[in-house]
Amino acid sequence: MLEYIRSALSALLANKVRAALTMLGVVIGVLAVTLLVGVGDGARLYIEHTLEGIGANLLFVTPGRRETRGSMAGPRGGNVTRPMTMEDVRALERQGTLIREVTGATQGGGTIKYKDRRRDTLVFGVGAAFPDLRNMHVGVGSFVRQEDVDARRRVAVLGRTVVRELFGDENPLGKSIRIGEARYRVSGIMEEKGASLGMDLDDMVFIPVTSALDLFGTDALGSIMTAAKNKDDVPAAMAEVDDILARRRHGEREVTVQSQDDLLATFGQLTNAMTWMLLAIASISLVVGGIGIMNIMLVSVRERTREIGVRRALGATRSDILWQFLVESMALSVLGGLIGLALGMAIAFAVRHAAPDVPLAVSPWIAMVALSSAVVVGVISGVVPARRAAKLDPVEALRYE
Amino acid sequence: MSEPEPLIVARDLGRTFPMGEEDLRVLRGVSFRIDRGEYVAILGPSGSGKSTLMYLIGCLDTPTEGTLELAGTDVATLTDAELAALRNEVIGFVFQAFNLLPRTTALENVALPLRYAGVSPRERRKRAKEALERVGLGARLDHPPERMSGGERQRVAIARAIVTRPSLLLCDEPTGNLDQRAGREITALFERLNAEDGVTVVLVTHDPLIARRARRNLRVVDGEILYDGPPLDGLPTPAVVEPSASVPPAA
Ligand SMILES: Nc1ncnc2c1ncn2[C@@H]1O[C@H](COP(=O)(O)OP(=O)(O)O)[C@@H](O)[C@H]1O
Ligand SMILES: [Mg+2]
Repeated sequence: MLEYIRSALSALLANKVRAALTMLGVVIGVLAVTLLVGVGDGARLYIEHTLEGIGANLLFVTPGRRETRGSMAGPRGGNVTRPMTMEDVRALERQGTLIREVTGATQGGGTIKYKDRRRDTLVFGVGAAFPDLRNMHVGVGSFVRQEDVDARRRVAVLGRTVVRELFGDENPLGKSIRIGEARYRVSGIMEEKGASLGMDLDDMVFIPVTSALDLFGTDALGSIMTAAKNKDDVPAAMAEVDDILARRRHGEREVTVQSQDDLLATFGQLTNAMTWMLLAIASISLVVGGIGIMNIMLVSVRERTREIGVRRALGATRSDILWQFLVESMALSVLGGLIGLALGMAIAFAVRHAAPDVPLAVSPWIAMVALSSAVVVGVISGVVPARRAAKLDPVEALRYE
Repeated sequence: MSEPEPLIVARDLGRTFPMGEEDLRVLRGVSFRIDRGEYVAILGPSGSGKSTLMYLIGCLDTPTEGTLELAGTDVATLTDAELAALRNEVIGFVFQAFNLLPRTTALENVALPLRYAGVSPRERRKRAKEALERVGLGARLDHPPERMSGGERQRVAIARAIVTRPSLLLCDEPTGNLDQRAGREITALFERLNAEDGVTVVLVTHDPLIARRARRNLRVVDGEILYDGPPLDGLPTPAVVEPSASVPPAA
């Protein structure tokens, strides 16, 4: 076998330009496969990462009934939707047995001003349980506390980006800022969190949820977040939350409770589109690359007809000739595959450096997938030319001009 | 000398190519016997079927009529793999056009048949080197054939043909592409291989001088053997022999 590979490589070296052009299709195909698997892997890693980041066993309650899974039939509860309020939060806190902390949340855009500087950012009204539930922690100072929520205090916890934009090198702790027209005192600064899926998690401001409701002039919470005490109890906890909130609505089920699995499943669909696109590119290029290799190998068989005759005269069997060309086609394809793989990895690493939030990972099994697809392409596209070469009549091959 | 041992026995050999309406009978009724250690020149005008005969003897082609025995075996009974092994071990081919593989060194060319014989790379190198030394090219091992003269190339081809130590060398116009001097050297090499190593040599040639040095001549005209015997002196050069000019067999 080594012999075949050695002579295949020297045959390819003899015609470098042609070999390179032939490989291009496979290069692109394997490049696409590499990126494809990379995106798939990256999405999986991202989901795992988010699972940790999101806080364990998170339950996410939003107003209105939506079917999040195919298992439940039809919309229920009609169109009448009562908003979720702080009363609901307190009911969950009092009555919940399978859940730990609860926080109401509401968010909206807001203009933050400090002295003559301003920044439009996301204002997030939350309760004291938020850092624990979402695994986003305060770095300096203190986060929104329960008494801040109860007393509707105007305190704000700033994300790092907001701090940089408004304060520069100045220490913001204790400083007074304006959100809209109201004055807030800066009580804390969040830890650096980085970006996630195009969203800068440091470009936001946290204030007590009650103050946020005041700010936005509403009673309606955007969402309620809580968490099941045990991983095994997640479905039961979801039912419990649903039941408690339904009891407060005369039995109408008007909210949607989602676990982190549900949320992540939704997110997973996002990467699907990209995956399909790359899969299409990958298979098309592999097919095109395979056809290219087959054509070049057919040309090569014709050009080397005399050589085939000579080899037969020197004692090569038909299967010797078959293998010679099959291995050459595989070498072509695998070489293209290696180049595609290298390019794909280079791109993946570059992307990871340039845009860390794009889910793209490089794992060893990418190499396996990419190279095996190259081998498959090589074999398939080599079979026809190799068989043609093996079937050649030795005398006709020797007489070939 | 011991009892002559037949190496090639052809009985009523014929080769017909299907050509549209009419078949083309390139060889017909060819019978002869060549013993081990013989040195035979085959002569005849262009297109008379000499190469076709060489391909049949060399087991690259199969006769449409008659039988061919090589070293006591009827080749019709052999499988493709067995024929390949026979070509590899028993027969060495030398062509007019050298037919060396380009982009490889002389040594690699010569070692190629050993690869098909399943010899280890180390042993191959050693034996290929010996074969090149045998043809006087011991100093040119790593030269690519492209950078060699015609005579040197043909010697590489001969080294390749003898590297498996075959008992039969089939040479189809081996000096056809060479100048006279190089041609003489190549012929001398065949004579030496025949005399010193006991290799049976069958060579096709148009050169009357070469034919005269062979102990036996076979003259093929129009697909038939018209003469089988010792070289005849004073004959016109074979190239200008008219197909109709039949030569009486020697007494
Ligand atoms: N595959 C083939 N099909 C048809 N005719 C062939 C084939 N091979 C050889 N011939 C014909 O057979 C005749 C003898 O050819 P060849 O044996 O090469 O002659 P020589 O070697 O004596 O010049 C030529 O007329 C040639 O055209
Ligand atoms: Mg000829």
